[in-house]
Formats: sequence, structure tokens, C-alpha cells
Amino acid sequence: MQVREPAAEWPATQKISKKFSYRLCAALGIAVFLVASRPASALPVPPAGVHAIPAFARKYDMPCSSCHEAWPKLSPFGQAFKDNGYQLGNERDAPIYQHPSYWPITFRITPNWHRESTNRVAVDGAARGSTVENEITTDGFDWSSLDIHTAGTLAKNISFYVLPSSDSTGAFHFESVWARLDNLLGSSWFNIKFGKFELDNLQSEKRILTLSNVGGIYQNYHFQPLVTPGAAGNALVSENLYRNGIGDNQVGVEWLGHSKDDRTRVSAALVNSNDGQPNFTSTNGAENFPTGKSYNGYFAASRGFEVGRLGLQRVGGFAYIGQEPTYFQFTSAGAGIAGTGIGNKGFYRAGLIGMWYVKKFDVTTMYFHGWDSAFLGSNTAANQPLPAGAQAPSWNGALIEPHYNLNPRFVAIGHYEAIRMSRQVFATNPANFGNIDVVTVGFRFYPFISSRAGFAFHNEYSILRQRGAAPVTGRDLTSSSLLIGFDFAY
Amino acid sequence: MMRAHKIIRFARIAVFIFAAASSSAAQESHIARWTGHADAGKQLYFRYCWGCHGFRGDGNGENAQYLNILPRNFVAATFKCRSTPTGTLPTDEDLSRAIERGLVNSNMPSWSALTNQQRGDLVAFIKTFSPRWKSEKPGDPIQVPPEPAINLESIQHGKELFTKLECWKCHGAEGRGDGPAAASLTDNSNQPIHPYDFQTGSRFKCGTTNEDLFKIFMTGLDGTPMPSFADVLKPNEAWDLVHYLRTLQVTHKSPELRLWESTKEGAEIMKATRVGGTPTGSGIN
Repeated sequence: MQVREPAAEWPATQKISKKFSYRLCAALGIAVFLVASRPASALPVPPAGVHAIPAFARKYDMPCSSCHEAWPKLSPFGQAFKDNGYQLGNERDAPIYQHPSYWPITFRITPNWHRESTNRVAVDGAARGSTVENEITTDGFDWSSLDIHTAGTLAKNISFYVLPSSDSTGAFHFESVWARLDNLLGSSWFNIKFGKFELDNLQSEKRILTLSNVGGIYQNYHFQPLVTPGAAGNALVSENLYRNGIGDNQVGVEWLGHSKDDRTRVSAALVNSNDGQPNFTSTNGAENFPTGKSYNGYFAASRGFEVGRLGLQRVGGFAYIGQEPTYFQFTSAGAGIAGTGIGNKGFYRAGLIGMWYVKKFDVTTMYFHGWDSAFLGSNTAANQPLPAGAQAPSWNGALIEPHYNLNPRFVAIGHYEAIRMSRQVFATNPANFGNIDVVTVGFRFYPFISSRAGFAFHNEYSILRQRGAAPVTGRDLTSSSLLIGFDFAY
Repeated sequence: MMRAHKIIRFARIAVFIFAAASSSAAQESHIARWTGHADAGKQLYFRYCWGCHGFRGDGNGENAQYLNILPRNFVAATFKCRSTPTGTLPTDEDLSRAIERGLVNSNMPSWSALTNQQRGDLVAFIKTFSPRWKSEKPGDPIQVPPEPAINLESIQHGKELFTKLECWKCHGAEGRGDGPAAASLTDNSNQPIHPYDFQTGSRFKCGTTNEDLFKIFMTGLDGTPMPSFADVLKPNEAWDLVHYLRTLQVTHKSPELRLWESTKEGAEIMKATRVGGTPTGSGIN
């Protein structure tokens, strides 16, 4: 095969924008740093399982920017590739066509400096045995989790994904483990996935562009109401019978169908009601929530449409309908026996999403509604009477996330989320108890775009306020994160 | 004197307007109701295409060295998939369809996920790479007469043409792409090139329909050894050849194949040539 000299540099027009990008980065970097120098922490919760897979770029010899508007966020082309079982459909997808030395594996990690601040943390008071609140701010150099992605096709129309992911101590867990039968019966409407996987969230939390402790998750995807505020002599109480986040990878089976051009997408999943925890026969995570034989369902549908020169717009909806056991049928030495949870009580999350593009600018908007059974909301087992005044909590949420892609190497990111309780568990709670507002700004600069590896200079500031969530006084709780880091995948 | 000045000034303005209009026309594409713009296409090109096709559109991107089938060289402006006669430039729609469809058995994927407008913008930008687009106009699309009914006579006649026109020399007697000349074929970049294998291929290089197949051998695949047969085939003969070629696609349940299998001769050939699925998932199914 003839080997030719690769083109050495970007053309002049691109150099201009590159120069501009550097200047913009420098200016924004300084701005972020200045913001950072103000007093402001949160407990380190590294973003795990974020997806960007140069192994695909190497397999197909395509730049990251083909599949990612700004990695790890997918472009419509990347979404179509994913929905088609990591196949381009040009009869060269099966591993037999790859060079035997090709290894479908990618590592991703983010060394960073971050600063975390929380304004009201419960600390020991001066008086013996007392607890007071104080602001705690920390900063230092750190690194994120390590994601080891291995994914691709086992054969034509059989795809897979295994993602061991560690925390920063090197303790691993499996973030994703699945195989998928693609294009069954020759139809793009029949794809079956089996294992642990991300739900079909259009606004993927696993492909989130913000990485800090505060801004690195979508609050709406994980929110569960607070039960009672902290007050003198009483600590803040949160829901503690179950944990569920539609941003979390779940264990089960998923059917997904899509049109050939991926404009129309529909999916339904049946998953364990244990929030993706492994080995339901032993425990349900460190919190040991009751586990039983209940299953939850997730449904999503969306439709993309062209609007002239603006680009491809997309609207959709989703619903997660679940139930959770509230107590163990059997115990041993007082401890619940895993898998014997009964007394299921229901909850649901539902929402509408719009992804709007105006050339280089795009904004994702989302409306969210949540509801929990009064038993789940008040931490009451179904075989016990509800506390006086307990009612099913419900809430509404909104997400607005704008991006500006100056070019494939620079993306400015904004993010705002709001959660508003529409009904408290107890009417005696303040009406705004537990409400959340979070604002994140940042940018990512990719010094190079290639089909071999990815590198981003990541800068981000995020601040969150939750009403009445201070653990002792019941006042507002504010946390903020600043993160500057090198995010790279290879 | 004054009059001469006015004429010169008018001429200058006219030349300027003509130049601007020519330049503008070269920077646009027109596909159905969409008008593509090169400036927008440039952004897309440097997001999606440069890795293979190169910064300068010369097919010398950083990945080109790893590809068996070299990326299209837009500077040369020689395109395989056209509706226009051999040697001429393709229409904007031809280019847009190639982007939308992708090129099977190559690294060029289907870009159907892009919008029509985006593909139009890309076409407009691709046309800025070659001076041919300024000095030449696309050829007139060839006329494709209505397809006659499929019958055994048509298939049989197509089979005779397949032999007479020596298609088998490259594509092989059974359409496996293994004819006696196959091993020595090269494209216009002097790269080895394989004839299309009808037996395993589910799609043709330039489309999936009978009309697409008709166009392929009436326009030829410029830049490859596949010539145009427009001068030697009458339209009805071309349709006969289309109907026969469909019977070579044993993995594609076409009406032609079903009809051909119903004959004793066809059934025997099918029995001998049919291949089963492979455990490797290599695409043969």
C-alpha cells in the first residue's frame, strides 16, 4: 500500500480561528481563575463512566469530531452510529475486516485541579457534643475516575460494550456491561440490548460536557425529595428507602428502534428496581435498600426534523415508571435478606426534551416531572401506617443547556437546572423546601482533533443552591465547584 | 471622451459583477429546494471530512495512508457516481446523494444523519477545490427510460450481453468479482481496485435500485476501469442487463432472482453458487 505524507497543518482560514481560539481560551481561563479565587466545596464525587471512544475513531479512521459535536457529546451522525450498533453500515463493520492487531479499547482520565466549597456543613461545635454548621472549602490537585472502554462489534449486527470504571483510588466497578443484537430481521426497528446500560436518555449524563463535582451530573435525573428540614435537635432527613436515578446505568433489557436516518427513535427498557447495582441476590449497594422481585420500565421517543439552514432539531419525551420494595419480608439477625423485599410502592419520572440548533449554537431544554408514593416520600414501610399528614411528594424541573461550537476544537458550555417542589411530603414543610438551582459555565478546548486520541483543556465553574437543606439549621445550602483539568482519552 | 470613460466604467462593473456572480455560483449548490453555501460547508468539511479527504481536498488526509480504497480527490474532480455521461462533472444532486448514501465496501459511510441543507453546503464547498467547476458545467443527466417488465427473455438476453460485453472478464462468470482480469485492475491513482462482487454485495456502489444500476453502466464509474456502455448498449438492452445482474445477487431476494430460480437453468446455477452465512459475521448472509 502506498504511504503518503499526511497534510501537515490546518489551512489558513482555520489558523485564524485557531489563533482566536487560543486567545479566547486564555481570556476565559483567566476569567475562570479569577472566579475561582473567590471563596467557595463539595464532597468529591468523580464523574464516572463518561463515554468517548477513540477506539472507534481508530477503527474507522475518522476524526472525533465526526461523531461528537464536542466529545463526549454526540452529534446526530454519532447518535446514528451508536443506534446502528456501532456500525457505519458500509459492509466493513464486522471485526473480520479489521487488522488483527486492532484492539477496541480506550482509556480516559482527567487530571485536574479543583476547588470545592459548601457553605453549611455539620461540624462539631465548641460546646461538648454540639453540632454546628460551618463553611468548608478545599482545593488541590486530583484526578478523576479511570474509564476503560472496550466496545464495538463482535460480528455484523452484534455489538457490545464493557466499561470497567474506577474511582480515583483505583477501586473498580462495572459501569456498563452489555451485548446487543442489532437490526434483527434486517430492520433498524428491532435492536435488543441485554445487560447493564445507560437508559436511552437523549440528554445523556454519561456524555455530559461538565465534569465538576457539582456540575457533573444532571440534578433532575437524580433528585429525590427531602423529607423534613434540619432544625434544633433534629437532623435533616432525606428519602432513605430507595435510590434511583435515570442518569444511572441500569440492569435489564432494552428494545430500541429507529428510522434509517435516525430521525425517529423509540425505545423501551425493563430493568431491575435496584438502580443498576450488581448482584441483586446479595445487597443493593452500600445503603442496602430492600430488594425484591420488582421491575421498572423506561420509555423514550423522539423525532428530529430539519428547519432550513438552522439544522436538525429534535423533540422527544421519556418516562420512567417504577416501584420499589419498602421492607424485607425476611430478616436474619435483624438484617434484611437480599431479594426478599416486598411492599412495593410506586414512583415515576417523566419529561419532555427539545434539542434546538441555530448553526453553531445549540440549546437543550427539558421539562421534568417527578412523583413518589407517600410511603417512599416519608420513608415508611408499606406494612406501617403513614405518618400523620404524609402525602405523595411531586415536583417539576427544568434544564437549559446551551453550547456554542466556535469550531470543532472549542465549545463554550452553559447549564442551568431548576427543581421546584409542587407538593411537599408534609404540608408543614416550607413550600420551597428542597428546591434546587444550579448554574454551570465552562469551556473545553481541544488543541487537536484526530482519529487516534482526544485531549481537552477543560475549565468549569458550577454552583448549586438547595433551599432549606442545611443539615442543622434548615437554611439554604450552597455548594460550588471549580475545575481546571486535562481531559484525555487514548 | 466622456462616452469612452462611461463605456470603460460600465465594462469594469460588468466584469466585476460577472466575476462575482461566477464566484458565487461556484460557491453554491442547488439540490431540489435547497441552496448550499460553501462557507457553511467549510465548517462541516473541517468537522467531518478532512481526516480522509485532506485539508486541501486532495484525498490526502491523515488517514488516507491506512485506507485500501483511497478517499476521493476533489481537486481532480473525477467522480464515480454520476447521472451524467462519462468524463463530465456530476450534478449537485449526484454529489449530495453520494454523501447521503455513502460508498459501500469503502470507508465512506452514509451521511444520512446530516440534513439536506448540510449536504448541500458540503457539496458547495467540495466544488471549491477544483478549477473544473469554474470552467465546466456538469453534464446533462442521461435519460433513463421506463423499466420494462421483468421476464425470462429479458434475463436471458441480459445473460448473453454479460458474456458478449465481456463483463465476466472482471466480474467473473458468476459475478463474484473474480474474473481473469480482476487481479490486475487499478484505478486512476494507480491503486489496486476490485471489481464488484455481486454474490456477496447487498448494495451497489452508487445506489440500490435498478435505475441506479442502469446508470452505473451507462455512465461508467469514472476513475475506475468500469467504462460507460452508453455507446454500445441500447436502453432496452441495458435494462436486460440490469435484470440479469440482479440474478447474480444471490443474497438479495429480488423479483428477478425469484423468477430466475423458477427455471431449471436458473435453479441449477443458484444451487451451485449460493453461499451460506459465515460464523465470522463478515457480511455474507
